[in-house]
Amino acid sequence: MRVVLAEDLYLLRDGLVRLLQAHGFEIVAAVESGPELLRALLDERPEVAVVDVRLPPTFTDEGLQAALAARRSIPGLPVLVLSQHVEQLYARELLADGTGGVGYLLKDRVFNSAQFIDAVRRVAGGGTAMDPDVIAKLLASNARHEPLGRLSPREREVLELMAEGRSNAAIAQRLFLSESAVAKHTANIFAKLDLAVSDDDNRRVLAVLAYLNGTRA
Amino acid sequence: MVLRTVVGFGRALVLLALAVVNAALAAVALLVFLLCFGLGLVFLFPATIRLVRRRAVQARRLALAWADVQIVPPYRAAPPPPVPQRDGWYREGRSLYRTSLVPNFNRTFEWMFKDPATWRDLAWLLGDPLIGGVAVLLPPLLVASGVALMAQGPVQAVAGVLLVLAGPLLAPRAVRLHGVWTRWLLAPTYRARLTNAMAQLTRVHTDAIDTQAAELRRIERDLHDGAQARLVAIGMTLGAAEELVDSDPAAAKALIAKVREASAASLVELRQLVRGIHPPVLAERGLGDAVRALALDSPLKVSVNVDLPARPEAPVESAVYFVVSELLTNASRHGGGRHVAVDISRRGPALRITVIDDGQGGADPSRGSGLRGIERRVAAFDGVLALYSPVGGPTTASVDIPRAFAGHAACRVTLPPWKHRLMAVCWGLMWLPLFPQGLVAAGFKIFDADERSWFLALYLPEVFQWPAIIGMIVLGVAMAVTAYGLTQEIKRAEAGAAA
Repeated sequence: MRVVLAEDLYLLRDGLVRLLQAHGFEIVAAVESGPELLRALLDERPEVAVVDVRLPPTFTDEGLQAALAARRSIPGLPVLVLSQHVEQLYARELLADGTGGVGYLLKDRVFNSAQFIDAVRRVAGGGTAMDPDVIAKLLASNARHEPLGRLSPREREVLELMAEGRSNAAIAQRLFLSESAVAKHTANIFAKLDLAVSDDDNRRVLAVLAYLNGTRA
Repeated sequence: MVLRTVVGFGRALVLLALAVVNAALAAVALLVFLLCFGLGLVFLFPATIRLVRRRAVQARRLALAWADVQIVPPYRAAPPPPVPQRDGWYREGRSLYRTSLVPNFNRTFEWMFKDPATWRDLAWLLGDPLIGGVAVLLPPLLVASGVALMAQGPVQAVAGVLLVLAGPLLAPRAVRLHGVWTRWLLAPTYRARLTNAMAQLTRVHTDAIDTQAAELRRIERDLHDGAQARLVAIGMTLGAAEELVDSDPAAAKALIAKVREASAASLVELRQLVRGIHPPVLAERGLGDAVRALALDSPLKVSVNVDLPARPEAPVESAVYFVVSELLTNASRHGGGRHVAVDISRRGPALRITVIDDGQGGADPSRGSGLRGIERRVAAFDGVLALYSPVGGPTTASVDIPRAFAGHAACRVTLPPWKHRLMAVCWGLMWLPLFPQGLVAAGFKIFDADERSWFLALYLPEVFQWPAIIGMIVLGVAMAVTAYGLTQEIKRAEAGAAA
């Protein structure tokens, strides 16, 4: 799978390159600044891009802006954004076009290589990978939202994992449940939140995220 | 009108009586000074000055209430009480005292004696019977002489009635005059105002430095107890894993997993620390988006309106961020409301932040340490917090930071010199077309006067006379409007430059 990587710290970039190569990814470009990233994304059209938010020359949100710009010219271009901190604001911007194929993770998640590679593959496949911290903030800021209060604790756990972008199978494995039990919880959640049920994992996640964001629009 | 006159007359009488009191007080004060500095009975000094000050404070209050003359108290801040040494004695210069009585007296004496306001109070006390008293004496004097006149015959009676009426009519003015006289001596001098402003600045400065030092200490402690300690632990665990890796690979693997956890935990800690020092979203996006990010994280429905054409200075941005953060936390924790509106806008060189929530109100800055923190934080930028929180809500908190934008160059409008010249010409010459050549000429025309004098329009053929006159009036009005507009513009530019 062809990957473009943008990270300005040499050690981290090198580490990511090794990690991705070890799992059979092909690094077509490893860049260290915003303008380079945008050029690489548009020229190489990778199957997935792994991008740090803060990049030279301004050290603001160059990476995020380049990723968003590239997705405007190539809709659905899969981008996994890494950052030292997560903000609902950025998550919202990434999800705004509703096409999926986005990820937004804390850099710490790289520590767990299996989960990180899983997230990269999910994003490359058009799915989403939202950091648990983002989802926790999203749910915390929805704390006073009525329908969410009606969820049982178990359903809440399922909702959290689902919002992170995990499939039913992954959720079942995580919570030590059978897949059919997860499917039942999912159906309950959708009924309680008054959302249309969809079989497609990716569309389902986007619907949940849009719902959580939309309650506070 | 009648009421005002009567009340004014009453006030004049009271002020007159007080002038007599002042005379008595001044006599007492002079006597005490004689005893103080002649016979050495200095212990009488503070009590006397306190008495004089009480009278002066009352006079200032009356000036505001009756004459609408505001007088700021000019006194310097009282000295702090003496602090005993470790052995319980009080040191004053090279002497030691067992109790605080003498050092305390010395401080008070010096404070009063060296404050020019003390001597200005006394001067006012001495001068009031002469100057202020005369001002308020006039109305009753007029009335009295009027009454005296009335008894002397019919013609004099008319004059007497007029005088009796004139007295009360003049009374409010006399009271006002008395207020002005009071302000002359009892208001702080330019020097006193500067001294007080300096003291205030010093306090704010010290506060800011203290806060900063406390912040640095907190960061140092957090790093020392947190990340630093964890890194030591990580290093040690890795060392242990290195030793075990050949003999017991399974145990080594477990240790390495532990190291990974420890490094993740220290990252979380560092992230929180960084957020407290300078929020990353503020660095990446500026104030507007940083506040929007705060709004998203709040459990309340927050509407954000940020109208900033330029970024404020970085320290101001960071202070504003923490202020909004604190106010939002307050609103969600205590307010009990559902909606919050945050508005950040620029007014000239100033920045105004308004946060309104629909909670139950009743917030009190003297009780909440959060609100005090906000006040301290913005005080470093000469900013002020105004809180309006009636019980039952809604609560409005607004913070004004007077100089929030770098250099203020962007907001200074420098007007080209021709505008100044045009304004001068318009003000100087607008009268000519408007009055003599316009309105007066129109008057001559209407009344068909023979005189043509220097009215240009009247020298023209008959048909052109009215159009010429109207043209002159229009020209005059146009010049007046232009002059007024330019004056306002220049005033605004100067205000912007001064601020």
